[in-house]
Amino acid sequence: MIHLYLPAGLAALLVGLGVYGMLARRNAVLVLVGVELVLAGASLLLVTAGSRPGSPYAAGPVLTVFVITIAAAEVVVALAVVLLLFRRTGSIDLTQPPDATPDAGSRYSDAPEGAGIPRTVGQDRPVAP
Amino acid sequence: MTTRDLVFAAVGLLTAAAGLLAVTTRHVVHAALWLLVSLGSLAGCYLVLGQELVGLVQLLVYVGAIVVLVLFALMLTRAPIGPEAQISTPGWQRVVGAVLGAATTALVATLVLPALGPGVVDLDRAPTSTPQVAAAIFGTWVWPFELLSVLLLVALVGAFAVSRLVVADGGRRR
Repeated sequence: MIHLYLPAGLAALLVGLGVYGMLARRNAVLVLVGVELVLAGASLLLVTAGSRPGSPYAAGPVLTVFVITIAAAEVVVALAVVLLLFRRTGSIDLTQPPDATPDAGSRYSDAPEGAGIPRTVGQDRPVAP
Repeated sequence: MTTRDLVFAAVGLLTAAAGLLAVTTRHVVHAALWLLVSLGSLAGCYLVLGQELVGLVQLLVYVGAIVVLVLFALMLTRAPIGPEAQISTPGWQRVVGAVLGAATTALVATLVLPALGPGVVDLDRAPTSTPQVAAAIFGTWVWPFELLSVLLLVALVGAFAVSRLVVADGGRRR
């Protein structure tokens, strides 16, 4: 026997913590931590609703597994964008206006030559004979 | 309070406390590690709620893959070791964030608790066992399941394409 207000309250708390984390962080990766907490709250709510007797199609656990999969896909693309931002601008601070000069990221780049960073403008322009 | 209530309260308290530390700590790497604790104990919550399959998937995917990915991203973006004041927004913005977070919690709680609140469910005979979940995934939910595999492929290709993306001057893509 379990009272359902406990998991429902925890889900609401996790969503609130995630919203705070999204608003209170400047580091782009830590904003993603807040997003993960919101998704965790949503998953917990799905499991809670699915644990009531007579829920059809096993919707609670199945949809939770789907949400976990979608979260994995989302975080992969988001971290790729964050890494691209870091390589381009050398900073993932979301409150700073990015330094958009062409070679701003190359000072910070760990990427090997040709891995997506233009070292200098017009570097790969064909040389005139 | 039943036994399951007490166990859930303990695990849920750990989840909430670790989540709170994940969004408030000043150490960048500690935030990811507290997220690991929070999501791992959330898997424990799923176990208490009688969903073993969801709990194990949560452990495998979240703790095993997503948090490791976040840690890799922190390393690749040269996260500072030690306390760092620059990872949080200024004080008034954090106050606004806390107010908005509390408001979201209150909104979700007032919407959800009356819908589920007085319910007491007997989880000793699980309402949906793992064979039922498996039959539902490959029966009722088979098309969303197949679409999810396409989504994972698109995310893989998309992440690879984004990481190779070069934006030249004037926004022209090369």
